[in-house]
Amino acid sequence: MSLREALESGRFVVTSEVGPPKGIDVSEMMETAELLRGRVDALNVTDNQAAIMRLCTLAACLHLENAGFDSVLQVTCRDRNRLALQSDLLGAASLGITNVLALTGDHVTLGDHREAKPVFDLESVQLLEVIESLNGGVDAAGKELHGTPDFLAGAVVTPDANPLPPQLAKFAKKVKAGARFFQTQAVYDATSFKRFMEQARQFGVPVMAGVVVLRSAGMAKFMNRNIPGIVVPDAVISELEHSSDAQATGIKIASRFIDEVRDHCDGVHIMAVGAERLVPSILDAAGL
Amino acid sequence: MIVVRQKPIAEICDMIGRHSRVLLVGCNTCAAVSLAGGETEVDTLLQFLKLANKRRATYTEFGPAVLQRQCEPEYIEGLEHEGYDAILSLGCGAGVALLSEMIGKPVYPALDTLFIGAAKGLAHWSAECSACGKCVLGETAGICPVTRCAKGILNGPCGGVSDGTCELGDRPCAWVEIYERLEALGRVEQFKQISSPPDNSTRIICEWDMTKPGDES
Repeated sequence: MSLREALESGRFVVTSEVGPPKGIDVSEMMETAELLRGRVDALNVTDNQAAIMRLCTLAACLHLENAGFDSVLQVTCRDRNRLALQSDLLGAASLGITNVLALTGDHVTLGDHREAKPVFDLESVQLLEVIESLNGGVDAAGKELHGTPDFLAGAVVTPDANPLPPQLAKFAKKVKAGARFFQTQAVYDATSFKRFMEQARQFGVPVMAGVVVLRSAGMAKFMNRNIPGIVVPDAVISELEHSSDAQATGIKIASRFIDEVRDHCDGVHIMAVGAERLVPSILDAAGL
Repeated sequence: MIVVRQKPIAEICDMIGRHSRVLLVGCNTCAAVSLAGGETEVDTLLQFLKLANKRRATYTEFGPAVLQRQCEPEYIEGLEHEGYDAILSLGCGAGVALLSEMIGKPVYPALDTLFIGAAKGLAHWSAECSACGKCVLGETAGICPVTRCAKGILNGPCGGVSDGTCELGDRPCAWVEIYERLEALGRVEQFKQISSPPDNSTRIICEWDMTKPGDES
């Protein structure tokens, strides 16, 4: 079942992600994907994640599709103007890749090519509108397309953003602009996530809770300090600190969270960041 | 105003090193207010360059001058530069350009031009305008997202905001500020409006001549 069918069926959806390599050896990326085969509905492929130059997302998606995976093409606005974004999107659709996650993208100064020119000709909301327009057979300049794509456009939201009101207002704009599913930034506090979902529910768009697998208390503290919009509660950190087997505890924390939010959202997006081999155990423990 | 910042002395020395007589020309408008191109700064830089002469064993001679504005021909016409074989401009990029066009001698920039900004305190300025040619301040409660948002986003904060701070860590998130100000002004409805992609064609405007007939739009 494709991601599109899974979302349409209304059942609990599971996605995960892989990162393309820096270089042309995709074997490790494919091995990572194999760890998740049969357990996820689709695999997101990051786009020069954290502004670090890597093999292109479209090529990586094609490798995955050829191996029988449904992929989600992440598209950021950092590196391409509206011409390049649209032509890459059309190229993807011509290859059968139609799941797209529209992102603004991390700033170039955070990555490994800090002197590069940041593009940001469009941003996530406008990119969603452009995708909607392409789906309608017209490009951003109003010119008709020869052969119309049928993208399933998704977007991201940060439920623990501080402050939250402007983030929620932007979430509403993304829905209006054509986002048909959301994958959230990593969330750990089920209570606060459920509060967020009460607000999000009114928009009637599927939301998949973001899960980043914690492997140590140090990792949790690092994320709290360095990753905007991620809040790992003290209780979770303390649980990891007092554990004799941090890995097992990390699996328990993730599966417990999924269990708690399961009836309040439409799926989970698991970002394992190198711990993909743990994902099947998390899904087993969560009964997915 | 145009906010400028003096280049490192070593960089200036490398540019002017092969000239024997260099005229330092200040600019008494933006650059002077920016504390980088007024009479005081011309004199200070001149002293530094003399000291650098000794250290580098070069023999360049320097003279001082200050123009009211380097970006207007009538002021440049009055500049006395006889006997000098190069000009070191303490003006913004526009000043360097017009001096170069009119003087017929090598002109070097002593400053880097940073942005169009507003004073925020003593010797402290913030970028407020990018001269994009299509002002959106009416929709954003007077805070420019093209300038103040590192990504120039027109539709609200990205996921990089942390406690109201931009992911670059050097500034408050423009969109959090815009949201809060719209709210304070009772205009938060404005935020719900999706802003279309910017018209970047205004960014390539390179001349504005009011005396030439243009289109009526």
